[in-house]
Amino acid sequence: MNLSYGPEYEDFKKEVQIFCSKYSGINFSDTSKVPLAGTFKSDGPTMTRSKWQKTLIDKGYFARSIPKEYGGYGGESDVIKNRIIASEFALANIPPAMGGQGIDMLVPTLLELGTEEQKQKYIKPTLHGKMIWCQGYSEPNAGSDLASLQTKGEVINDNWVINGQKIWTSTAQYSQMMFCLVRTEPEAQKHAGISYLLIPMDTPGIEIRPLVDMTLKAGFNEVFFTDVTIPKKNIVGERGEGWAVANATLGHERGSLTNPNATMNRLNMLINRMKEETIDGRKIIDNPVYKDKLMKLQGKVIAFQSNSLRVLSAKLNKGQDVKIAAMIQKLVGTELRHELEGLGIDIMGELGTLYEDSPNLRDGGSWQFTYMYYLGLIIGGGTNQIQKNIISERGLGMPREPKVQQGV
Amino acid sequence: MYFGLSEDQVFFQDNVRKFLEDQAPLDAIRKIAEGNDSSSKDELYQGLINLGINNLLIPEDNGGLGLDLLFAVAISQSLGAGIATLPFIGPYVMAPIAIKHAANEMQKNTLFEGMVNNSINFSIGFSEYFGSRDSSGLTFSQNKVSGKTLFVLDGDYASHVMLCNKDGQIGVVSLDSVGVETINLTTVDKTRIYQEMNFDNTPIEILENSLTSSNAIELSIDAGRIVAAADSIGASQYMIDKAIEYSKERKQFNRVIGSFQAVKHMCAEMAADLEPCYSLVWHAAHSFDNHEADSRLMACHAKSHVSEISKIISKKATEVHGGMGFTDLLGLHFWFKRIGLNRHILGSPEIVRAEAARIQNL
Repeated sequence: MNLSYGPEYEDFKKEVQIFCSKYSGINFSDTSKVPLAGTFKSDGPTMTRSKWQKTLIDKGYFARSIPKEYGGYGGESDVIKNRIIASEFALANIPPAMGGQGIDMLVPTLLELGTEEQKQKYIKPTLHGKMIWCQGYSEPNAGSDLASLQTKGEVINDNWVINGQKIWTSTAQYSQMMFCLVRTEPEAQKHAGISYLLIPMDTPGIEIRPLVDMTLKAGFNEVFFTDVTIPKKNIVGERGEGWAVANATLGHERGSLTNPNATMNRLNMLINRMKEETIDGRKIIDNPVYKDKLMKLQGKVIAFQSNSLRVLSAKLNKGQDVKIAAMIQKLVGTELRHELEGLGIDIMGELGTLYEDSPNLRDGGSWQFTYMYYLGLIIGGGTNQIQKNIISERGLGMPREPKVQQGV
Repeated sequence: MYFGLSEDQVFFQDNVRKFLEDQAPLDAIRKIAEGNDSSSKDELYQGLINLGINNLLIPEDNGGLGLDLLFAVAISQSLGAGIATLPFIGPYVMAPIAIKHAANEMQKNTLFEGMVNNSINFSIGFSEYFGSRDSSGLTFSQNKVSGKTLFVLDGDYASHVMLCNKDGQIGVVSLDSVGVETINLTTVDKTRIYQEMNFDNTPIEILENSLTSSNAIELSIDAGRIVAAADSIGASQYMIDKAIEYSKERKQFNRVIGSFQAVKHMCAEMAADLEPCYSLVWHAAHSFDNHEADSRLMACHAKSHVSEISKIISKKATEVHGGMGFTDLLGLHFWFKRIGLNRHILGSPEIVRAEAARIQNL
């Protein structure tokens, strides 16, 4: 066991800390739609989101290992530096670089499987926040069973013509582009009939209807396609290879949903809240029942943080096997954060139910919002029930569910 | 950076695991637990002593192996998995750490020498420090001890008991001294020994540095808690492995029950609950070994979190076995009960969490 990153990383950590103190409490002038906005401080310098993005790329704090010609920093890939950046940003309560499905999922996919032309055209504007992407995967009848999707793509006059419907499409209303799974080989077997297409959102025939979620924000959309026609070259990989192309990036999404440092940071906010809130003039933190719940949760958060250190270690040390420890991160991380936010509500009691712009609101209503938001994450990105299938089948070697016979 | 057990630690751990698999199958454990086979218990004990588990934490200068707590954690996992019917946490973890930090040079030399040549073997009576029950209480005065203490750990082969009072002063009593009365308690867990002890003006040697500082008692209890948590991890992992194994064999509705999602999800939940426990307990041992600022907090959370998780696992894993899980025949209950006892030794989860809050001034 050796948890030191070594002296060169100590210097890097100091550099990041200085950066963080300079931008502590950063505010964004151009958008109200910063996810989890109320969980960050906002009493510091103001700039646009894309300026912040550029600042981070120039320092190498984001897109670190993506080549310069595609708009990245062009450095070596360095797991420890990434970890230090994430950890220091979380400790300083600074929002990380813009993420989203374009950055987290499309960019890695293109780097791995895109043509040179696609890389040149799409990666740079995406990284810099100038080209927003949405993900066209789920359909009303293809959720957990994604491969049964039915949106149809045909080649007519050297173009793709697309008809069908997608759902749970976050950010569709702001997006310039969609990466989309479409059934293009109807004769082929379920998984072999899908292609991965890139669709400009201003193409005629696309209709976007907002889908308001339980937080009362339109976090999602339904997207309808009627004879949507795009160039034939807008495909990643070959025809019928879309399932494999999509799976190259699903892992990225699952990994990016849960940051243990952000969870620890939020726990510390909860402790502070418990020191401030009172009932009958007595501090909440002095109530032994609430205090025990807090300590129970702290134990879980520390265990989760230690576990992510072990997962990190496996990335650095070849041959270290932490298979299950890595597989459980999405399941454990989302459930834990949901529980944490729920305790934040509970310790405030009636005050915890206040929302939107109510008088007496605490922390911008972020405890309620994030409590619900994480319920969304428990369901999204492969529901936690699907996660349990994956853990039991791939991690524990348990048998797959037998196929249901037709007509029985 | 490397987060995990070292090759040496895994090697030692595997040796203990294999030894117990070979020498202490369930039938043997059952006989020992029923009190019908003291000779095979003695053999087992001698075998583990031969592997060196008694000298683990004794400094090299005093003839021990001079290893760290993470080693003890690695071994404790194997002892829990194999439900070893033998003392470990008291004499070989808590005692050497208490001596290291509380004894003066002369005491250190004498006690460690006795421990290395196996003429001194400690049981541990530290309950007074973290929670006196049933009007127990010990009074130390002028090198004499009087009073009662409960839940003395690991009395199986003890020649001495190490005691502490409410203030955390630590003393050593030879069991052949005058005024010592030992009463065996019967717990639900038959794999280890719990005792009540009474003293009447019995000679005690106080470990000198514990008169002025509670550092030694706290370190000793922290270490005991971390290693007890590791024992529960080992027992929990065994129960999960057995549940998965059984679910792949047992058929109902013409299918192995392990193909039903209800069963698969229980197993996935157990694995997802237990994996972070390994990380937490190893991390806590590492913090302890490196005297890190948060090491007391980590020890508290290791003990209380693992106690909660292993309680859930011991229930679910039993349920996966259906009616068989409930029988004495299958013997799964030995692990269930071991986990049940570990939960409460050296402080129940609620008590330890209250301590975690105090440490942080909350």
